[in-house]
Amino acid sequence: MTITVLDPTDETTVPARQRVVRPESLHGLTVGLLDISKPKGNHFLDQLEEQLTGLGARVERYTKPTFTKPAPVDLRHEIASSCDAVIEALAD
Amino acid sequence: MPEPATPARPEPATPILPDGLVAIVKRDCPTCELVAPVLLDLAGADTPLTVFTQDDPSFPTAADWVVDDTDLGVSWHHDIETVPTLLLVRDGREQERTVGWSRQHWQELTGADALGPGLPEMRPGCGSLSVDPTRADELAVRFGGSAVHSRRVQIAPLEDEMEAMFDRDWTDGLPVVPPTEARVLRMLEGTTRAPDEIVCLAPPNLVPCSVEKVAINAVMAGAKPEYLPVVLAALEAVCTDEFNMHGVLATTMAVGPVLVVNGPIRHQIGMNAGVNVLGQGNRPNATIGRAVQLTVRNVGGGRPGEIDRSTQGNPSKLGLCFAEDEEGSAWDSLAVERGFDPGTSTVTAFCGEGPRIIVDQQSRSPESLTRLLADAMRSVASPRMVMGIDAMLVLSPEHMARYRDAGWSKQRFRDELTAVSMIDSDTILAGAGGIDEGLPADFAGVQLPKFNPDGGLTIVHAGGPAGLFSSVLAGWLRGPGGSIPVTREVRP
Repeated sequence: MTITVLDPTDETTVPARQRVVRPESLHGLTVGLLDISKPKGNHFLDQLEEQLTGLGARVERYTKPTFTKPAPVDLRHEIASSCDAVIEALAD
Repeated sequence: MPEPATPARPEPATPILPDGLVAIVKRDCPTCELVAPVLLDLAGADTPLTVFTQDDPSFPTAADWVVDDTDLGVSWHHDIETVPTLLLVRDGREQERTVGWSRQHWQELTGADALGPGLPEMRPGCGSLSVDPTRADELAVRFGGSAVHSRRVQIAPLEDEMEAMFDRDWTDGLPVVPPTEARVLRMLEGTTRAPDEIVCLAPPNLVPCSVEKVAINAVMAGAKPEYLPVVLAALEAVCTDEFNMHGVLATTMAVGPVLVVNGPIRHQIGMNAGVNVLGQGNRPNATIGRAVQLTVRNVGGGRPGEIDRSTQGNPSKLGLCFAEDEEGSAWDSLAVERGFDPGTSTVTAFCGEGPRIIVDQQSRSPESLTRLLADAMRSVASPRMVMGIDAMLVLSPEHMARYRDAGWSKQRFRDELTAVSMIDSDTILAGAGGIDEGLPADFAGVQLPKFNPDGGLTIVHAGGPAGLFSSVLAGWLRGPGGSIPVTREVRP
């Protein structure tokens, strides 16, 4: 016998999104570095900033208020509107 | 792969009754058998008679005025509760009705004289099959139109329905109860809230989560309808910025929602606050927390290995819920301490790991027991971590007796515990004792309490009457940057 059940999920289908094309070079691009506020994340990002600047990229630094919660919408918007690429750091 | 959805069904129309006399009967009813000769007599009279029969289409006889109602559609739509029921219908509308057999009432309704001369004056009827408890839910689904709007997913006849739940990735690793519409409607009877009312934004995907979706997941968890208000309140509690369910889910630590129920609802739904309180064997304890976690998984999209990044997890992430033993406690309950009236039912969500036992079988004074508890709880998260991680202490009745006998209040216990849990920071600096993990050097030379005195330790009383053991449940990061316990009232 066929039984019918009710869907326990949110029933949405997440649309597949195209990744942004990988840049040929970082020269002249703005790269955002997002510190999620984990200990020593800044050490890691300092090193990255040095290397990225050496490749000709312009670096913008951002910080999440806490690593335990998603980045605030305004911060995500700011990064998306000012950067060509972003690197999010996790460290301990 | 997308499921083939069943098209929405048209609202079933109410069958119109034929004009004249209408009787609803079943063979399996002595009173219907009794009135069968009366019906045969009435069938020959001027007023047309139609008999709907619920179990045997040849009862009271095979004739064109006897209509098969074995699907109970006519009986259900016309609210037949007793057979025989005799109706007078004009222009498709019911004018009068009588139930069971009463010569006087039947004669008044039919206008006939001397009906059933050999019959007693009256005889009560039998229950209509349309209100039989074993069929009522299915009939409500079939004929009632539907109050629920979730997509219908058909499980093929050759598919094992239990396996089908696993195949669709809807389970926490244990079997779930298939959420048929009848079961979900029965679950929704447990609350006065409308199925389409939004309970919370379910993390991590922040999906508006309706009472209906919670009910579906509560069915799957094995909960009963009367538990649903607790599940709804628990979801309201965990889906707050304070509790931070997103972070609780996403953290690499091993935490999940630990739910403590207070107030009259504990007894009304039969929760366990005693023997094996944190273990298996009690249905509401076992299923309420599971229903919350299944909702977060299925509605919010919080699945292990995806947004749930816990390094090791812990078994209580399947769901951990228990009741406080308020009656056996010398202290205010958790809910009262958090500002609620003792007569109010609440659920408090604490972000924690599973329980770990603390043994003290020799302390006879509250001072001694307090020192032992403080010593044991130093290891929460790590002995090198102070103030930053919360914990829940579940004090057992035999340990509570030490404080009751000595007249200690809950506040005094907190104060004394803080006093004896002070740690010399020099012993837990990074590098001290050959251990790299520890506090930075600028914390040298101070005394620090293990838990933040401002609410860092949540205290609950529960457990069996014998056993000088309590339990500690390690928490997670305290405060607005982590998780703060949240209490919500359980509303019907």
